[in-house]
Amino acid sequence: MPAVSKGDGMRGLAVFISDIRNCKSKEAEIKRINKELANIRSKFKGDKALDGYSKKKYVCKLLFIFLLGHDIDFGHMEAVNLLSSNKYTEKQIGYLFISVLVNSNSELIRLINNAIKNDLASRNPTFMCLALHCIANVGSREMGEAFAADIPRILVAGDSMDSVKQSAALCLLRLYKASPDLVPMGEWTARVVHLLNDQHMGVVTAAVSLITCLCKKNPDDFKTCISLAVSRLSRIVSSASTDLQDYTYYFVPAPWLSVKLLRLLQCYPPPEDAAVKGRLVESLETVLNKAQEPPKSKKVQHSNAKNAILFETISLIIHYDSEPNLLVRACNQLGQFLQHRETNLRYLALESMCTLASSEFSHEAVKTHIDTVINALKTERDVSVRQRAADLLYAMCDRSNAKQIVSEMLRYLETADYAIREEIVLKVAILAEKYAVDYSWYVDTILNLIRIAGDYVSEEVWYRVLQIVTNRDDVQGYAAKTVFEALQAPACHENMVKVGGYILGEFGNLIAGDPRSSPPVQFSLLHSKFHLCSVATRALLLSTYIKFINLFPETKATIQGVLRAGSQLRNADVELQQRAVEYLTLSSVASTDVLATVLEEMPPFPERESSILAKLKRKKGPGAASALDDGRRDASSSDINGAVEPTPSTVSTPSPSADLLGLRAAPPPAAAPAPASAGNLLVDVFSDGPAAQPSLGPTPEEAFLSELEPPAPESPMALLADPAPAADPGPEDIGPPVPEADELLNKFVCKNNGVLFENQLLQIGVKSEFRQNLGRMYLFYGNKTSVQFQNFLPTVVHPGDLQTQLAVQTKRVAAQVDGGAQVQQVLNIECLRDFLTPPLLSVRFRYGGAPQSLTLKLPVTINKFFQPTEMAAQDFFQRWKQLSLPLQEAQKIFKANHPMDAEVTKAKLLGFGSALLDNVDPNPENFVGAGIIQTKALQVGCLLRLEPNAQAQMYRLTLRTSKESVSRHLCELLAQQF
Amino acid sequence: MQFMLLFSRRGKLRLQKWYVPLSDKEKKKITRELVQTVLARKPKMCSFLEWRDLKIVYRRYASLYFCCAIEDQDNELITLEIIHRYVELLDKCFGSVCELDIFNFEKAYFILDEFLLGGEVQETSKKNVLKAIEQADLLQEEAETPRSVLEEIGLT
Repeated sequence: MPAVSKGDGMRGLAVFISDIRNCKSKEAEIKRINKELANIRSKFKGDKALDGYSKKKYVCKLLFIFLLGHDIDFGHMEAVNLLSSNKYTEKQIGYLFISVLVNSNSELIRLINNAIKNDLASRNPTFMCLALHCIANVGSREMGEAFAADIPRILVAGDSMDSVKQSAALCLLRLYKASPDLVPMGEWTARVVHLLNDQHMGVVTAAVSLITCLCKKNPDDFKTCISLAVSRLSRIVSSASTDLQDYTYYFVPAPWLSVKLLRLLQCYPPPEDAAVKGRLVESLETVLNKAQEPPKSKKVQHSNAKNAILFETISLIIHYDSEPNLLVRACNQLGQFLQHRETNLRYLALESMCTLASSEFSHEAVKTHIDTVINALKTERDVSVRQRAADLLYAMCDRSNAKQIVSEMLRYLETADYAIREEIVLKVAILAEKYAVDYSWYVDTILNLIRIAGDYVSEEVWYRVLQIVTNRDDVQGYAAKTVFEALQAPACHENMVKVGGYILGEFGNLIAGDPRSSPPVQFSLLHSKFHLCSVATRALLLSTYIKFINLFPETKATIQGVLRAGSQLRNADVELQQRAVEYLTLSSVASTDVLATVLEEMPPFPERESSILAKLKRKKGPGAASALDDGRRDASSSDINGAVEPTPSTVSTPSPSADLLGLRAAPPPAAAPAPASAGNLLVDVFSDGPAAQPSLGPTPEEAFLSELEPPAPESPMALLADPAPAADPGPEDIGPPVPEADELLNKFVCKNNGVLFENQLLQIGVKSEFRQNLGRMYLFYGNKTSVQFQNFLPTVVHPGDLQTQLAVQTKRVAAQVDGGAQVQQVLNIECLRDFLTPPLLSVRFRYGGAPQSLTLKLPVTINKFFQPTEMAAQDFFQRWKQLSLPLQEAQKIFKANHPMDAEVTKAKLLGFGSALLDNVDPNPENFVGAGIIQTKALQVGCLLRLEPNAQAQMYRLTLRTSKESVSRHLCELLAQQF
Repeated sequence: MQFMLLFSRRGKLRLQKWYVPLSDKEKKKITRELVQTVLARKPKMCSFLEWRDLKIVYRRYASLYFCCAIEDQDNELITLEIIHRYVELLDKCFGSVCELDIFNFEKAYFILDEFLLGGEVQETSKKNVLKAIEQADLLQEEAETPRSVLEEIGLT
């Protein structure tokens, strides 16, 4: 076999490629490319007609430039011309260019399709294959419309060459995947199934893929493929290693075809026909037997090919889930792999065993490997393998081994990689809840979770422990005692304070008899944490305090003193201030009876699916938690968790917390007792569902809260809330942002107030403030004309995923804005997690009868949720080093767009939100900053460094954060400011 | 298979083949992300990783990384051998895969199309794939006429 054949050389191309590869810098490369592009352009535009060879060469160069990552906006026509060449290589390059660079220029598509049509009709198999490859590579709907009807004909035509059949089968598969409606089923389908009998193994290999895809949607039409596939498979697995000649791969007969056939069989239940089934079981046994034979080669290719078939066989056995004997054999085989020296095999064995664990036949067999799996969790060096081990432990867990598994996972958590901590936390929480024999163990486990990995314990987890403690009176005393002890630790996680605050507020009385945990001791313990906590936690603690006043009258004077303090009553945070004022008044004016009624113990929570399970499902996609859901069919699941019922709405739940307390499903209380149960005081911090009713005088915030979910018509909230959301435009029917939207947004990255937009009709002003992960924004719409605006409708839209990242609650404004008047709109903003794109503000109104509409980007960027952090140089450098993974850093070098004034720069950086650290950078010209982005779900620590170079009028900006996307995004935002 | 990427140890993309429709922007983003992820892995680590809702299978040959994205149901080990068979095919045609580093990028695409189509294995027999390529070479030699070196460099 010759190396690259001689006629092939496009020397000019080779020279060009080697020039590019030798370029020392990106700039040099770009320069060389631009030179080449200019050259090609002039050739294409020149008067001299180019011959086919030159055209091919230049088109190939363009393709190369495109594949380097540069944009190409010409040459398409020349490429299309090449398609009609009758020289193979010219045609080939033309097709390659089209496959890689096709765009939906309709004129071009027509020409391309014409050329393809000619080649398909040419009866030259090489040309036909090229055309089919092109259709398969492009796979667009346009191509489907033009050719989907022809290809089945080519595929089953008696006179088609084998290679053409192969290409036609996979081409059809690609078109079917893209637009199934375009591929007509018909009598050809029966003939396709019979390709499984084809003499040519290559044809069978291609056809199986097509059939596997088609039969998923039309299982009955393709049912006959089962017996054909079984007999083909049986012939392959029983053949000697040399029988299949070139289809034998490292002594393994037809491994790709075998795997594909086994996949096809997984589309169907076990064969009904006893003879077929017998033959299949025999083949599966043969595969399992062969796994025990000594290898025929030491090459890894041999063992990989052999094991690929083995794993696919095991998948089929698990899919059937009906042959106990095979299941147990499969499990034993995987057990051997668990200790194999090949990391790949250990990984796959752990993964495969996970599915085996959910079969009732093999669950016990899987459990016997528990020690090996625990050992893998401790000793595997590759995090992805450890992840599989953790998954498997989760899947094999049942009542008999729950304590062992949970304690191992807790131990693992202490050193686990950050990337998987949250998932491990969820899993531990679920297992602890599901298999708890006694509730004290459950409470201990969750508190341990908070202690070990507090940052990764999501709300779902600690809400859930509160639900369970509230619902089980036999655990309440223990829980109160345990949280009281946990709070003694000098540094305890804020989540611990939340759980502790809530539980002591409800059940502190159960431990009040012990002088060591008397009411004043409980109070001063909690209050010692108060000042270190976030607003949400402080709000919760204030509710605990008012509950204490009810539970322990002796603490009343002390607590009233705390509430009365200026730092509470005049707190700038409206939530805290409101609570302090209302609770103080309530405690002073209400009689003991009223107080006792209002502040009664929380009612039990409705039993529903564990919200943690729902969260895990969301995290891992559907089916991830199924091992627990449908796998274990034992009756043990009910006593602690209540009936586990699937909630179909888990995906669409707007905020993870909203569904948590099961309030969403509960009908709104028909007649809310006035004043409402004190539980709501507490709940409204967390829940944005309709049950978060105003308890003591509605505030605007609470009215906004209801907007996330339209309240039922009879709910009193309907009056306060927006009309049905149907009236609001969805993202699809608002216009694109105005062209200057990005520029306007940039103006607000480092400042919070100003004019957002102005034209002849309308001025929009912004005033906003942000604290922690919350923000409030006032928008002022000024009518600059003398005519009334009608149907004035400003709305905030969350494009894409933003809904899960940022909650913005708006209040409707009056539909008319008089000439010269200004209306104000208040927006409450909560950052749920980090986000990249700002929400859109759509403003629509009628002016003099003509509809006006306008879309802007709302000036809410992730840096608004910055909390500045002061630190010493040493700390800074230590943290800087900790964030040294390449993904954590983002850097930009850019030209100064404004005069380089140190004071202005400082002001901008402060406006951006980070703290400015002096005496950290050895070079006093440089700026160094630090801060924490606060979101509801997580906090992201950020370090930044800005190095001005006055001489070059350039800056270098470096961001390091614990999250890649945040680093990049902050870097982009900030770089535009100088 | 959803896509295949070949890149050098220094992170330079040498070949990209996409079997699902994606925008150029998305392709660039995925490439950047995966090149970084795969290059950051240590030699003894396993060849598979979970990425978004896909499985990544990769293997290194000399200074080149071959990286395939497959779906949840797809078989990891057989994908490793898809990579190996492709490397064998390239070796046969080029003498050594390293040459891919330098020239013949278009040829690497043609060979791939003969072997994999629409993300599925089309022909596993080395002989048959090479026959298809060889036929193409023959066809081409018939068509070519010798040209002067100057002309080929584009100096005339």
